[in-house]
Amino acid sequence: MTVMEQRGAYRPAPPPAWQPRTDPAPLLPDAEPYRVLGTEAATKADPELLLRLYAQLVRGRRYNTQATALTKQGRLAVYPSSTGQEACEIAAALVLQDRDWLFPSYRDTLAVVARGVDPVEALTLLRGDWHTGYDPYAHRVAPLSTPLATQLPHAVGLAHAARLKGDDVVALAMVGDGGTSEGDFHEALNFAAVWRAPVVFLVQNNGFAISVPLAKQTAAPSLAHKAVGYGMPGRLVDGNDAAALHEVLADVVRHAREGGGPTLVEAVTYRMDAHTNADDATRYRTDADVAAWRDHDPVLLLERELTGRGLLDEDAVTAAREDAETMAAELRDRMNRDAETDPMDLFAHVYAEPTPQLREQRALLRAELAAEREGGDR
Amino acid sequence: MTTVAVKPATMAQALTRALRDALAADPSVHVMGEDVGTLGGVFRVTDGLAREFGEDRCTDTPLAEAGILGTAVGMAMYGLRPVVEMQFDAFAYPAFEQLVSHVARMRNRTRGAMPLPLTVRIPYGGGIGGVEHHSDSSEAYYMATPGLHVVTPATVADAYGLLRAAIASDDPVVFLEPKRLYWAKDTWNAEHPTAVEPIGRAVVRRSGRSASLITYGPSVPVCLEAAEAAQAEGWDLEVVDLRSLVPFDDETVCASVRRTGRAVVVHESGGYGGPGGEIAARVTERCFHHLEAPVLRVAGFDIPYPPPMLERHHLPGVDRILDAVARLQWEAEG
Repeated sequence: MTVMEQRGAYRPAPPPAWQPRTDPAPLLPDAEPYRVLGTEAATKADPELLLRLYAQLVRGRRYNTQATALTKQGRLAVYPSSTGQEACEIAAALVLQDRDWLFPSYRDTLAVVARGVDPVEALTLLRGDWHTGYDPYAHRVAPLSTPLATQLPHAVGLAHAARLKGDDVVALAMVGDGGTSEGDFHEALNFAAVWRAPVVFLVQNNGFAISVPLAKQTAAPSLAHKAVGYGMPGRLVDGNDAAALHEVLADVVRHAREGGGPTLVEAVTYRMDAHTNADDATRYRTDADVAAWRDHDPVLLLERELTGRGLLDEDAVTAAREDAETMAAELRDRMNRDAETDPMDLFAHVYAEPTPQLREQRALLRAELAAEREGGDR
Repeated sequence: MTTVAVKPATMAQALTRALRDALAADPSVHVMGEDVGTLGGVFRVTDGLAREFGEDRCTDTPLAEAGILGTAVGMAMYGLRPVVEMQFDAFAYPAFEQLVSHVARMRNRTRGAMPLPLTVRIPYGGGIGGVEHHSDSSEAYYMATPGLHVVTPATVADAYGLLRAAIASDDPVVFLEPKRLYWAKDTWNAEHPTAVEPIGRAVVRRSGRSASLITYGPSVPVCLEAAEAAQAEGWDLEVVDLRSLVPFDDETVCASVRRTGRAVVVHESGGYGGPGGEIAARVTERCFHHLEAPVLRVAGFDIPYPPPMLERHHLPGVDRILDAVARLQWEAEG
């Protein structure tokens, strides 16, 4: 029989080792960002929780405006504001238990403060008197990460280590839309899924990576869809709806704690301010673009819901704003005091013990400082 | 009468033993990397560890070096003591950002609150006939990164002792394993091996009066061979094995150079921007009045690592070392 004659008998079969790994359907995100405020679901939300979220949002907005003002007064070197993204910042902090860990990016100072870190210590990096100003173990908050997405594998490793030790700890890691293009985002999600690590990845899709819009960043259907490729569920949420965020994040944190593995959450939000005070947003977006989001402001959305349901009156709004003003005044007073720095600190923590080479250099600087003091205004 | 079990062992065996003893001694030690579990590593350094300690203690990770080191950072944050294996020198580069931006800085960034006690094992150097990307000498990159210790053994006993010290260190250590010495045998007291502490002390491998060969890792045996050959020329060469590039043992190195008055630094890494430049500068700054000749360097050429059929022309060998020694301005010649 010739090869040509055999053709009819040939039956294609899958390669022997192939088998489907997982059913993608349950991992897919909703078609539209999940919302609670202004929908039927809001009536089932706990009013006490909504009021707590509201108070935090008002404080958070004020913290952002105060920190931005401090850059203009030269008290901060730079401030990447999360104005417009307060719902993400607050919900991320509030869904965690004390024993859990938060892994913030550089724009997440607000989440760090909402987690309980001292508001001035949280600004150390941006004030410039040191890098990280708080003890990460005091509130289980990793240092604010400036290199994009590099903190995500840390969250995975920490959550994995906790599980190895038998602790039911969850790590929540924050990243922006631009950060999802980084290799570390991919590697972190892959490790997390393979290890079934108790991690929640919260992507704040605020529309821009400095000036580059999402369309130039990815061709994915949504950032939440990226989860499916790793074998973890993706959730798409309205990032300005604090109630929706709190519900979804609390749900996936519980899922992770119970051994269900990681989840990727995309929160669709908008960066109302420029990238930082050093950026000029008019070069890449119009006032009309920004105006479209003003009516979808996170504080406003929640205020409308609460007012509409008679849970919030004018007095309560005033009280929340006064509380925020008190916080801002205290922050302002503390930040207006000059930071104390010690040049000897430069050598103190490079290693557990300074190397002989660093001891020599420390002596050099000490001598320079002594000469400076003796020389006076020479 | 007691008999001490001194028998031949390879460097790879000593490294395996160090990992095993560290895993047994401290439950926070975790070995992780590509192929380190079931296979026992491509150089078999982790052979048997997953079977003995379980896959949670010796873990086959996904193939992603930044992910391996990045997750190890998180594990160290939670109190574990990860020992990461990078499969080859040139495959460690994807992890470079994690190493430079986080591993090296976390203690300093947090004013000492968050030290990262982790070890990054990297097989390095040439001489094994490896194809492209398998023979790099990447130590200069790590040396130039404050916050890291950089250590490399040249003997079987040091392989054990330095690796135990690296794992026990509360600072991150880049542990460079000279891969052409993996199979070098040496007599070794395997009954009571000990850690080499503190990290940062060089050792004189051969005493001599004529000149000092300052070297480390894979070039140590080459220098010892050169010193033997030099006897025929009437030179009595001292060989200093640095063992640690960071911290640097100025004391031992300078004591040697002050004794001999002449020095040659030998390494596989390229000369331009390589460790030899730093070492020569340090020696010159500290021992200038003891020097009879400029400090010379015998290094790899400043080229991308050559293909295996040409690597013998690149690697510093006995002849090139002796040629350098001959150029040390011996008065007899003048």
